[in-house]
Amino acid sequence: MTRKQTRLSLILAALSLLGLAVGLVLFAMRDSIVFFYTPSEMVEKHLGPTTRVRLGGLVETGSLIKLPGGLVTFSVTDMTKSMKVSYQGLLPDLFREGQGVVAEGNVAGDGSFLADSVLAKHDEKYMPREIVEKLKAQGKWKG
Amino acid sequence: MQKFANPTLFLNLANAVLPYLIAITAVLFTLGLYGALVTSPADYQQGETVRIMYVHVPASWIGMFAYGFMAFFSAVALIFRHPLADAAAKTAAPIGAVFCFLALATGSIWGKPMWGTWWVWDARLTSMFILMLLYLGYIAVWQAIEEPFLAAAIARIVALVGSIILPIIKFSVDWWNTLHQPASVFKMGGPAIETRMLAALLTMALAYTALFLTLHLISMRTEIAKRKLRQSRLFEIRGN
Repeated sequence: MTRKQTRLSLILAALSLLGLAVGLVLFAMRDSIVFFYTPSEMVEKHLGPTTRVRLGGLVETGSLIKLPGGLVTFSVTDMTKSMKVSYQGLLPDLFREGQGVVAEGNVAGDGSFLADSVLAKHDEKYMPREIVEKLKAQGKWKG
Repeated sequence: MQKFANPTLFLNLANAVLPYLIAITAVLFTLGLYGALVTSPADYQQGETVRIMYVHVPASWIGMFAYGFMAFFSAVALIFRHPLADAAAKTAAPIGAVFCFLALATGSIWGKPMWGTWWVWDARLTSMFILMLLYLGYIAVWQAIEEPFLAAAIARIVALVGSIILPIIKFSVDWWNTLHQPASVFKMGGPAIETRMLAALLTMALAYTALFLTLHLISMRTEIAKRKLRQSRLFEIRGN
């Protein structure tokens, strides 16, 4: 091997070892790197009312109820399990049924979720309204 | 490649290319902004706010590309001892840092109306923030160490080690659940974005790339001039 090749292979070896090390650290920390838990994960974890967590998923269609006094309740689902959320306050503009949402708060004694902040999550699709309506009319829309 | 190790040859080439590069940048920005603000439609969910995408997404891409560029030229400097490679990496850093900052700032401005928050510590936002810190650390190495050869040797390692963050940023939205949405353009199964929007986005990405190259070439010229100045000063001191 020439000296250039030696230097190149040393750099590649060092970088792959470093990549492996970082990969292992991130893998070990995966539970705390996630931004939210899904309803199924939430059930598995049996969290008490003193732990602050974030719950994420889709707002279940037909579950949104706006009560007088600014109280809102809705269900968050991951298509396997769903969890009832109650929240007092203003909802973000993108919040609607069938859309992604992340709520922060704690689990109440009855297994429902008490949120004190709600963030909207939008998907990776970018499309004008006319095309979405056309796709919906043709029954090809996968929302 | 070795031919352009000669700074004079490089300068001649840079001076010849620069006017064209500036013209291309101007044309691409005109086309890109026209696409972004006029011909591309509003989004079905986000409405007109989606137009922030055309400045935010290319800024993130170039913010990441510039760090990859630095890491590449740092490796070239280490392996081939190419005299201009360190200068190429050094001058890319402040430009990349500005694009990275732009990505963070426009993302924050976009996040407030869409998500309902300026900032969260999810995997995508945090890893992009770490990239910003890496840029600042890299620039600090060059500023803090006065001996250029020593500064170059340390800076190369910082650039190469830091490049680990690039795949983490890219795949952060796939490996962990985040508030940031997953990839729309470079993903399995093709882009999830309408054609006119994609065209405007890609034109803006080309415009940002041309802007990066223009700024980098100007910065390289300055760096070579600084080196010459340093050399002639050293010469004067020795001469006395």
